[in-house]
Amino acid sequence: MIRVVLPVHLRTLAHVDREVTLDVQGEATQRSVLDALEASYPMLRGTIRDHVTQQRRAFVRFFACGEDLSHEAADVPLPAAVARGTEPFLVVGAIAGGS
Amino acid sequence: MSGVRVLVGTRKGAFILASDAKRDQWNVDGPLFGGWEIYHLKGSPADPNRLYASQTSGWFGQIIQRSDDGGKTWHQPGTPPGEPTTAPDGTPKGESNKFVYDGDPGTHQWYDGTLRPWEFKRVWHLEPSLTDPDTVYAGVEDAALFRTTDGGQTWQELPGLRGHSSGASWAPGAGGLCLHTILQDPSNPERLFIAISAAGAFRTEDAGKTWRPINRGLHSLYIPDPTAEVGHCVHRIAMHPSRPNVLFMQKHWDVMRSDDAGESWHEISGNLPSDFGYPIEIHSHEPDTIYVVPIKSDSEHYPPDGKLRVYRSRTGGNEWEPLTNGLPQRDCYVNVLRDAMAVDTLDSCGVYFGTSGGQVYASADAGDSWSPIVRDLPAVVSVEVQTLP
Repeated sequence: MIRVVLPVHLRTLAHVDREVTLDVQGEATQRSVLDALEASYPMLRGTIRDHVTQQRRAFVRFFACGEDLSHEAADVPLPAAVARGTEPFLVVGAIAGGS
Repeated sequence: MSGVRVLVGTRKGAFILASDAKRDQWNVDGPLFGGWEIYHLKGSPADPNRLYASQTSGWFGQIIQRSDDGGKTWHQPGTPPGEPTTAPDGTPKGESNKFVYDGDPGTHQWYDGTLRPWEFKRVWHLEPSLTDPDTVYAGVEDAALFRTTDGGQTWQELPGLRGHSSGASWAPGAGGLCLHTILQDPSNPERLFIAISAAGAFRTEDAGKTWRPINRGLHSLYIPDPTAEVGHCVHRIAMHPSRPNVLFMQKHWDVMRSDDAGESWHEISGNLPSDFGYPIEIHSHEPDTIYVVPIKSDSEHYPPDGKLRVYRSRTGGNEWEPLTNGLPQRDCYVNVLRDAMAVDTLDSCGVYFGTSGGQVYASADAGDSWSPIVRDLPAVVSVEVQTLP
């Protein structure tokens, strides 16, 4: 199971109060994890990735294992610790995104 | 007993202010959607318990929220909490926040004269149908008109507007290229009026298939041809339902009036201390009584002389009187945005407006006297009023 930590506003939208766990088919990548996340929580569609282009929204970041993975390609495998479920995949609102 | 419900959108959440018809004691509910920008909330004229809200964020984009119980509970249309997240055929739900331009989006003018692809940013204004609670129009940035007919579950662009031959020449105002005003003619369901900053006003006579600019008579010194067919920064248009051919407009500068459904406009700024401003509203029972909030200038977004004054004309324009009783008359430097003024339909017309300083003021006597319902909300973006039976 993949563990995903969402920012508080997306937890509110998804009606969850803690990290979510996802059963991801195949290799764990940003794309497969976000596909599984949106399948389980469709109210999050468009909030992390653009509806059409599937590009990460400009002020959303992806962190894991102390690394910023935001600029990795969507199909690059996530760190093994994320795939094993020992470390979470963090979706983070960028410090520059608010007002 | 009848009452009113004031729907307030702010930079950091929504608030619902409720009172009985006396309008002297208020219950304040909120913040709803705390931390999000709520550009607009509005109730369905056909079902006062049906509310829609535009919830938006620089981080997470656009969310549409809906309430079926007068604002007690909310959900994203199509995905109510506790229900399966996929349809029986396996199709994922969650399309309610999907605003995708029809076909190839093309380009429009940018500030520097270059061309920019159309890019959806947010919903500025939600206008529920006069007759069907499931039908709502949405005015968005970059400027386009969308519509839902399934209660907000899915949204489709009415592409004829953006596809108008002038569309590629539209350029943003300081607040963005936004479609902020949507008016429905109660006598003709095929006719809609919209306004865009900074393109101008447009009208359709065929329910949104085709549109044409209605800006004759507008004069704007900030564009190369001051009387151009498009390019005017219209801030707000108001229509009284009993007289849909008469429109009042607050433009970037100038307060304007049309008596022929927008075919031509003439200025009615008269003795206003400044004719720059954002909102314009009409008394619910007196179609020639109108309200504006003069702002000093296009760069000084606060009232002239530090005095917050609503100006009322009882003559359909030109002759204006300041309304000051209960409003701060010194050291006041707030702004009142285009969607932040509304009226109720009680016998003694109530008038409401919200400020960038977080105050929401109410008058239960058509503007003769005012008092704050709340003083310290986040900056107010929009105010709408429902008059409840």
